[in-house]
Amino acid sequence: MKILVCISNVPDTTAKVSFNDNNTKFNSAGVQFIINPYDEVALTKALEIAEQNAGSTVTVINVGLSDAEPSIRKALAIGANDAVRINAEPIDAFFVAEQIAKYAKDNGFDLIFTGRESIDYNGGLVGNIVAEMLEMPSINLITSIQIDSNNATMERDIDGGKEKLSCALPLVVSAQQELAEPRIPNMRGIMAARTKPLTVIEPSTVNASTPTINFELPKPKAGVKLIPAEQAEQLIDLLHNEARVI
Amino acid sequence: MIVVFAENINGNFKKSTLEAVSYAANLAQSNSTSCVAVVLGNTDDSKNAELGKYGADKVVSIKSDKLNEFRAESYATAIASVASQQNATIIVLSNTSSGKSISGRIAAKLNAGVVSGVVSLPNTSNGFVVRKTVFSGKAFADVNITTPIKILAITPNTFDVKEFGKTASVENVEVTFNEKDFATTIENVSRVTGKISLTEAELVVSGGRGMKGPENWGIIEELASVLGAATACSKPVSDMDWRPHSEHVGQTGITIKPNLYIAIGISGAIQHLAGVSSSKVIVAINKDPEAPFFKAADYGIVGDAFDVLPKILEAAKKLKSATA
Ligand SMILES: Cc1cc2nc3c(=O)[nH]c(=O)nc-3n(C[C@H](O)[C@H](O)[C@H](O)COP(=O)(O)OP(=O)(O)OC[C@H]3O[C@@H](n4cnc5c(N)ncnc54)[C@H](O)[C@@H]3O)c2cc1C
Repeated sequence: MKILVCISNVPDTTAKVSFNDNNTKFNSAGVQFIINPYDEVALTKALEIAEQNAGSTVTVINVGLSDAEPSIRKALAIGANDAVRINAEPIDAFFVAEQIAKYAKDNGFDLIFTGRESIDYNGGLVGNIVAEMLEMPSINLITSIQIDSNNATMERDIDGGKEKLSCALPLVVSAQQELAEPRIPNMRGIMAARTKPLTVIEPSTVNASTPTINFELPKPKAGVKLIPAEQAEQLIDLLHNEARVI
Repeated sequence: MIVVFAENINGNFKKSTLEAVSYAANLAQSNSTSCVAVVLGNTDDSKNAELGKYGADKVVSIKSDKLNEFRAESYATAIASVASQQNATIIVLSNTSSGKSISGRIAAKLNAGVVSGVVSLPNTSNGFVVRKTVFSGKAFADVNITTPIKILAITPNTFDVKEFGKTASVENVEVTFNEKDFATTIENVSRVTGKISLTEAELVVSGGRGMKGPENWGIIEELASVLGAATACSKPVSDMDWRPHSEHVGQTGITIKPNLYIAIGISGAIQHLAGVSSSKVIVAINKDPEAPFFKAADYGIVGDAFDVLPKILEAAKKLKSATA
């Protein structure tokens, strides 16, 4: 089985978010970049599936510039067989999806994973656009997946509940947090990753359909109003009469 | 024309759907065009017509047993077809779990620019600019959609349900599907009933590791039930299986935007705040006066949750019996 995992290179979850160039660019000074946490979950699940199905390979793909390579190498250290980087700034979801779909079409995969969403742009769109372009079904927010020869059985989160469904491969799925417990690369993996193939491909030209023109930070809170613990019951009165939310 | 996807669950429209219809009706008004709501599955047309109340001029209903089950593929085909038939320039949907599954597919079908997590009406003074949340609520981005057809997936609990008081006509149409649109087999759908879903809840009571163990959640559930709130928790709490994963809020959990978020025994780590900081009013209850949550809160109580909660519960009960 050939599995493709789409990975995005994002600021660490503790990163302080600020912008420069007149609020048009994310300020990456001093910020550590990581594999998008959901993509790491997806990668782990992909590796588990590959281990259970002899002869399988896991390829990771990233649309990004060379600064994404530490994250790509980490994915190889975790266990992916090879990696592809489409050498372009990921300008929007449609652009990224178009690049991935093209690569996937040329190379034929049975299963394509994305994370639920990237934690920087929060789009959650790439997988579904890729699926449509490849005319494959797409199952979002999966919390479990079992592959039985050519068929996948999955559970996924829906609003206010869960759904169990099955579908023949090929298929595009997006990983919810509890799909797998991310693996930490070991020394052997890190050594091996150095010599695993990382192919760099130039992008096909697509115009951004949704360029970001500017960023803004939310306004800071006015400050907390403290209520003494002994008079905690006052909270209800304040929420009712002052904040008017209950 | 503005087309809005009016999601139904067993024929009923959720609040997030009505928000999307009102949002679309607003857009239609400012563009001097009309608002068409798409309803999929075997539904009741008298009920569908009620969408007029929230701003739909017309309801397009596609009735089919197969559409009683949600599939991203068939839903995207149906909505894209209606959008084409109606010459839609803007397609609106709510960024719910279903909305998230279909917006990208419709975008690819129609070559449309798509933005998810929209929190503003478009500003058309220079292009077509909408605001969305990024960095899990830590910032906003203003995005210009440059394609002729635009898709907006709006954040639930952001826009008001407005009463337009129109009467909507209902038109039953048929759409040609592809066999591939029904490739998945839905085996089982289970929805928690009688409980308020977290993404739609206006009030949320949430507990963290400071609650010490699952056996102490009784008072959180009781407070939530008295207030009519949903319950949530921090990540370690669901990781330790004190609470179900579906309650986990934050950067890697559910992002919520209620009117009131009460955080009990939660430190306020940046990843937790990311998912809840858009809440209108935040209450932090924590025994540590240095807990970061106090910096993000509107009201705070420095104290032991086990002393403080009974007082709050008592007062909430009093208020509810007084206003009942
Ligand atoms: C990649 C990544 C993603 C993450 N995503 C999320 C996420 O989505 N959501 C999330 O919640 N976390 C997330 N985290 C974890 C986050 O960093 C924190 O560890 C977590 O939010 C802490 O949970 P907590 O506040 O419940 O527990 P703690 O940090 O242990 O805090 C417990 C709090 O309870 C207080 N307390 C203790 N006893 C009492 C008492 N009797 N009465 C009152 N107060 C008391 C303490 O003072 C303390 O502030 C993520 C972390 C990483 C690295």
